[in-house]
Parts: sequence; structure tokens; C-alpha cells
Amino acid sequence: MRNTLDSITRNLWHVVAATDELPIGLVETTTLLDTPLALTRGLDGEPVVWLRRDEEQGEEIDAETVLERLPVKTAYGYTWTCLGSPPAELFPIPEFAEPDRVNMSCGSIGIHVSAPRAVENFLDMGHFPYVHTDILGSEPHTEVKEYDVEVSEERDEVLATRCRFIQPRAAKSATKPMEVEYVYRVPHPFCSVLYKSCPEDETRQDVIGLFLQPVSEERCRAHLLQSMIDSTSTITDLRRFQQTIFGQDKPILENQYPKKLPLDPRAETPIRADKSAIAYRRWLSQKGITYGVIPQAS
Amino acid sequence: MPLSLSDPTWYPIASSEDLPFRHVYQGQLLGRELAVWRADDGTLNVWENRCLHRGVRLSIGINEGQELKCQYHGWRYANGSAGCTYIPAHPADAPARRIENRKYPVREAFGLVWSAANDDQPFKPFPDAEAKAWFPLRPLPVNASPDDVVAGLARLAPDDQPADMLPGMAVRLETAIYFVQPVDSGRSVIRGLLAEKPANEIAALRHYNEMLTKLRDRLEKAAARKPAPEPLQPSFEKVSVDLATMPDIAIPRGTTFPVLVKRKWQSADGVIGFELADRDGKHLPTFQPGAHIDVHLPNGLVRQYSITNGPGELMSYVIGVKQESASKGGSKALVETVREGDVLAISEPRNNFPLRRDATRTVLIAGGIGITPLLSMARFLDKSSLPYELHYFVRSGETAAFRSELEVLHGEVRTHMGIGRKAIRKEVEAILGLHEFANHVYICGPGPMLEMVQDAAAALGWPDEAIHFEYFRNDKTIDASSSFEIELARSAMTLHVPAGKTVLETMREAGLTVPSSCEQGACGTCLTGVIEGEVDHQDVYLNKSEKASNSCMMTCVSRARSHRLVLDI
Repeated sequence: MRNTLDSITRNLWHVVAATDELPIGLVETTTLLDTPLALTRGLDGEPVVWLRRDEEQGEEIDAETVLERLPVKTAYGYTWTCLGSPPAELFPIPEFAEPDRVNMSCGSIGIHVSAPRAVENFLDMGHFPYVHTDILGSEPHTEVKEYDVEVSEERDEVLATRCRFIQPRAAKSATKPMEVEYVYRVPHPFCSVLYKSCPEDETRQDVIGLFLQPVSEERCRAHLLQSMIDSTSTITDLRRFQQTIFGQDKPILENQYPKKLPLDPRAETPIRADKSAIAYRRWLSQKGITYGVIPQAS
Repeated sequence: MPLSLSDPTWYPIASSEDLPFRHVYQGQLLGRELAVWRADDGTLNVWENRCLHRGVRLSIGINEGQELKCQYHGWRYANGSAGCTYIPAHPADAPARRIENRKYPVREAFGLVWSAANDDQPFKPFPDAEAKAWFPLRPLPVNASPDDVVAGLARLAPDDQPADMLPGMAVRLETAIYFVQPVDSGRSVIRGLLAEKPANEIAALRHYNEMLTKLRDRLEKAAARKPAPEPLQPSFEKVSVDLATMPDIAIPRGTTFPVLVKRKWQSADGVIGFELADRDGKHLPTFQPGAHIDVHLPNGLVRQYSITNGPGELMSYVIGVKQESASKGGSKALVETVREGDVLAISEPRNNFPLRRDATRTVLIAGGIGITPLLSMARFLDKSSLPYELHYFVRSGETAAFRSELEVLHGEVRTHMGIGRKAIRKEVEAILGLHEFANHVYICGPGPMLEMVQDAAAALGWPDEAIHFEYFRNDKTIDASSSFEIELARSAMTLHVPAGKTVLETMREAGLTVPSSCEQGACGTCLTGVIEGEVDHQDVYLNKSEKASNSCMMTCVSRARSHRLVLDI
């Protein structure tokens, strides 16, 4: 299994936990790229990540005693680490720093499918009426209208714009189905960021980030960031909403075969609505990613 | 003997009772997962357990009676052919390219459902099969290799009466036959049949269950001591290049195939019904509501007729033909010379009149023989429990065709009889009302009526994209005033097309053999690929997106907007 770990994936920053949820002085365990990891936070609140040996979940530990550490970055409320040599910076989400936003981590959910399959599901609007019935979409409004996709060379990310879909209750005040407009970014092979029109302020956008932790080639953990302009909903409401959505996606994704994402264009049948997924697959292929995918036979 | 992915043997894969009404059963044979379902008409389907779009298991899909609907994006696949009939993300487009799932042969016999990895062998029942009234036992899964399970079953026989080893991993012990379903290299299911129905069914089932459970325990213990065999690695077949490259449209090939005229009958005054079926009783190609076929007539003409069938009805196509006295030998030839038992050549179904299923209101307006495509649409909407209204206008003195088919529909179906021309418009206006979001109207009928309804709808605020219609005849005035060059890429020839002459005529004069039929831009026979240049489309055959793609043209009427066209010919 390990031999498919390409150097690109190895040298990326990967999300491993919501920083707030890491206990201070206790061991938390997880797996990244088939590698067992242990995590904790020191008294200063800073996360510490290292290769797990015999540490067990919940064991007491003093972070000061951990000498062989993996690189760590805290960003967007999450702890990120790397098994190789990481770049200096993680992809930017400038909105996160705006002072009037509610930023929150909405929980982490394990899914028995590869991380790139989960990214593709996040980019997909066509499943809204069928999987997120009466929330993100509802029959008979099933059309995915033409949208634009580009791979930005400057930022090295996939960008889908003008993505429009009719949603039954796009805003709390909505009584009739209305069209919402999304922008999707894929700034990291296993992360995507969604921008959608904000019901409270027409000039701004709500931001939802999906960060996938590739546990193994066929398993991942989905970590979700919400950065909202919402003065009325409670954090519990917003978290419950996202967990409902995830709960609906999970059984579908776990029935997807093969579990790894096939990069051969002839492995599956794309339609125009899948433009962003096609661009994403091509982008992964060009980068030379082999982890969690079935590379195109050369 | 190691299992082979290409083993042609028929094996039982399910019990008949595993397939209750509207259920989808997940089976497995030789390492391949299967989605097994029974349609409302009784047809059994054994398909690869995977939607071609994104690989989601079809066994978690919804059996809608005549179609299987994928849970992920609502793609629908037809009973029998496994062909995709509808892609909800693009409701205005017919899935023109042939998206067809992989399917396996199936037979139901002796209370079991049988299948095989390929069609290499016909189904052959085991010796004496027909002579007895077989009683199926409860299936028993065993985590052991099929060969070991067969050997284990054989060892159950008493010493003086050895087991009878039958072909296809089957063992006869006294009055019972046990079939071993090779699920994978290390997994099996024992499916037994008793030669007759026991007096006490429950006691018998319990007895055999206990016996087989003991056998299973022994086999699984032994299997655990051996290294686990490598599971079979079935590969997913690649989709064709044209499906993978996602063109807006594919150039239809124009191939024909023979069908048998199974039935011919008078459906109404002046309307004759024809039922066309495969000669060997196989299913016909997948179609979508609104689709038509080209019928090649005995007198050499080609005419288009809409399919009236509902979803998943692929054992025959039913078309309606108007007995026009004025017809120039088209319908006339069909009505007068074609009889039951004759063979006709037809094209694969093609859809220029696709039905959106994302409307909140669907209005179907038919005039006379125009009922045929709308009947099919109504049947599809009916099966999916989508709301619709069907208005059928019939001239005075005419009778409504397909009356019994219309009567069984659940939607609002109304026949308007003998209304004068002016009154019809009023009636249509009342039916349509002002346009609202996600309302769509479909019209099929004589030319003047088509134009009247379009006009009435437009006046009531219905936008173009909400008004759907189809022409079978090109009544437009062809503008042949342009002149331009054509470069024939494969024939390495450049020709000049002068004003007043068609591309088709110019090519023929240069000695090329080019097929054509109606020569008025309606039948699709002369369809040609365009490599370069801008086409001046004047036909009624290609739909809007096909025209916009600028990748093909009808050489009998269409011309060039640019000064040069490069054709794939």
C-alpha cells in the first residue's frame, strides 16, 4: 500500500484535527497516509504531533517530553501536519480573518472512501435533489446549468464559477425555490472551499471549507470549516445542519466503486455537469498524485 | 480447479423469493457484484452492480417498476436493455450517446435465479430437471472455496451410495441436488433443491439447515487453516471513447436493423397501429420518450414515426401511422402493402423531442396523429407519478387513436372533439394560461396547429425554451442563394458550391456516392461531420444544441455561412 505514496502527497500539509478539540496533556491518536500518529496540546495550547509508537488514546502526556516532532501548522481552526518537507504556506482563505465572521469547525466524520472521491462529491451539484432532498435541492428542479471551470496556473488551483442551482430553502426567509450561486475552489488535492451567496448581506459570501485527511488510500476523515455571516443561528444549529448533510453523503460515498478515484477518462461516464470533476481529475493526474487514485495507465 | 472470470457455466445466484415487488437484490458471482431486479412486467435483470456515471452500487438504487433509478444522481436505466433513458442534471437533452450498463444472462427456473459470466453457453437444466416439482431449500453462505464446498457436500454421501457429481459444481445426494454458487475464490453459497415438496415444509427446511450448518462449520474451520485464496479481480469494462470525451453530441451512425411486424391493427378511423419486434424475441434498443425511428419502406422511402411505448417496454415498439389519402406513397406503402409477419428495416431510436422531467407543470397538446410521441411522454410521467395534462384535439368525424392506452393513464387526459379553428386557439389559450416558472408545453400535430400553439403560448409569456415541438417535414423555405467552397477532408477534394445547387448535388456531380433520402432536411440520412467552417443550418432534423455545436450538417439543405467548409467525407 505504502509504495503508492507519491512525493507530492507526502510533502503536503494534511489536516489531522480541530485544534480546539485536542486535549491538553492527553494523547489523541489518528492515522494519516497509513501512518499512525499521536497528537496532543501543550500548556501553551499549541498542538504537537509525532509518529505514534505505543501511545494509547487518552493516556496522560507532557508535550514537553515529545522530542521527535512532525511539522505543525495551525490554520482555519485546524491542526495540519506533514510526513515530508512541507511548503512554507498553506493555501489562503482570506475571509477567515474577517472580524465579523463566525468561524467554527463542524466536526470530523470518517468515510470509507478515498479522499479525492469525497472532494468530487463536494464539487457536485447534480446529487443535491437525490441525496440532500428538500435541503440543498429537490425534484423536479434537477438541472445543472452551464458553469465555468478553469485551472488557475498562478494559484495552482481548480476554480469553478457561475455554478447555479435551484434550492428549496436557500435562505431561512425563502418561501419559494430560488437559485443560488456557488463558487468552488480546489486549492489543495484533498481540500475544497465553497463560496455561496450570503442571505444576510448581498455583497458578501458565506464560506465552507472541506478538508480531507487521507487516512489510507480508501479511507478518509472529512473536517469541515464554516465561516459564516450569520447573526441568528446558534453554533449547534449550524453544526447540526452540516452533520445532516454529511450523514446523507456518507452511505452514498461508501457504496462507490472503486473506492479510489479513477483518473482514466474512460473509467466512468462524465456529463457536462461534471466539468469541475473532470478538471479536478486532470489536475491530479498532471500533478502526479497516485495516492487514493487509480492513475491513468501510461 | 481455480475459478475463472470467464467461466461460462450457469450458476444459481438467488432464490426467486429474493426478488419481491420493486426490490433490488445484491448478488455476486465469480467475484463480480450484481444488481438483480424484477420489473413489473416480470422481466428479470442481472446487471453489473455499478452506475456507469460515478460507480455507485445500483443495488441501493430504486426499482421504479420499469426502470432502475440510481440513488446518487437519479440516472434511469431501462428494464431489459440497461440503457440510460434520462439524466436529470441535463433535463432538456436526450442522452443521445448510448450509455448502457453491463448485463448478464438470466433465467428463472426451479425456484432459483440463474446467471452466467457471459453468453457463451445456452442455459441447460440439469438432468431430470423437468420431471420433478422442485422445492428450494434456504441458501447457506460458506466462507470456503467453491471446490472445497463441492468436495464437502460429496463427502456427506453414505459409503455404499456415492454422491452423483453433476456438471457445474452440483452434487446429487439421494433426492436432493446441491448447487454451489461460486461467489468468489474463498466464498460460496450452497443452494439446494428437493425433488418434491415435503409434507412438512418447516421441518424439512430445519432438517437440511442443521445438516448444512454442520457442514459449513467443518468447511470454515478447514478453510481457516489454509492460506486465504486470492480474491478474483474482475475488471470494470472501460466506457467507449466517445462517452469519455464528453462531446455535446455524437454523430449518429445511421445503421438499421430488421424488425418483424408482429401486429397491425386499426386503432381509429384513419390510424393504423403497428407493433414491431425483434425477430429472435430479444429486446429492442433503449429509447427515450419523444423518440422516433426511421422506417425504411418497401418502396425505398424512409419515414419517421414516433414510438408510443412507456418506460422499459423494449420487447416491441408500437407506432401509429396515419392513413393519408394524399400521402405521396410514404404512409400509404406502410398501410397498404405491409402485413403482419413482414420484416422491415428500422433505425435505432433517435430523440429530437426530449421530455424534461424537472417541470412543475407539463402540458402535452396533441393534434390528430401527433398523439404518438405525447402518449409515450404521458406514460413516462405517469410511471414516475409526475403531474401532467394531456390535451388531445381530434377533428370532427375522426375518432381518437390509442383510446384504451389513454384510458389507463392517471394524469389529466382530455379529448377535445371537433372544435373549429378559431375556437381551438381560445381553448389552447385557456389550457396554457400565463407562463409560470418551470412550466413546459409539448406540441405535436399538423403544421398549422403547431404554429398556432407556439404563437398562442408566446403571447401568454411562454419563453422559447418552455415550448417544445417536433417537425417531421421541413416546411421552411430553403435559402440556396449562397456560394462557397467545400473541402472534403477524407476524399482530398475541394469543390465549389454555386448558388441554387446543394452541397449534396455538388458532391454527387463530382462522382461521390453520398446517401440521402428525403432531401428536405428532415430524415437525417445525409448527415455529415463538419471539421471546420460555420454551417448555415436549414434543416429540421438537428436540434438546437446539435446545430450550435457546428460539428455536423445535413448536406441536402444546409449551406455555409463562412466561405469554406471542411467536411468529414
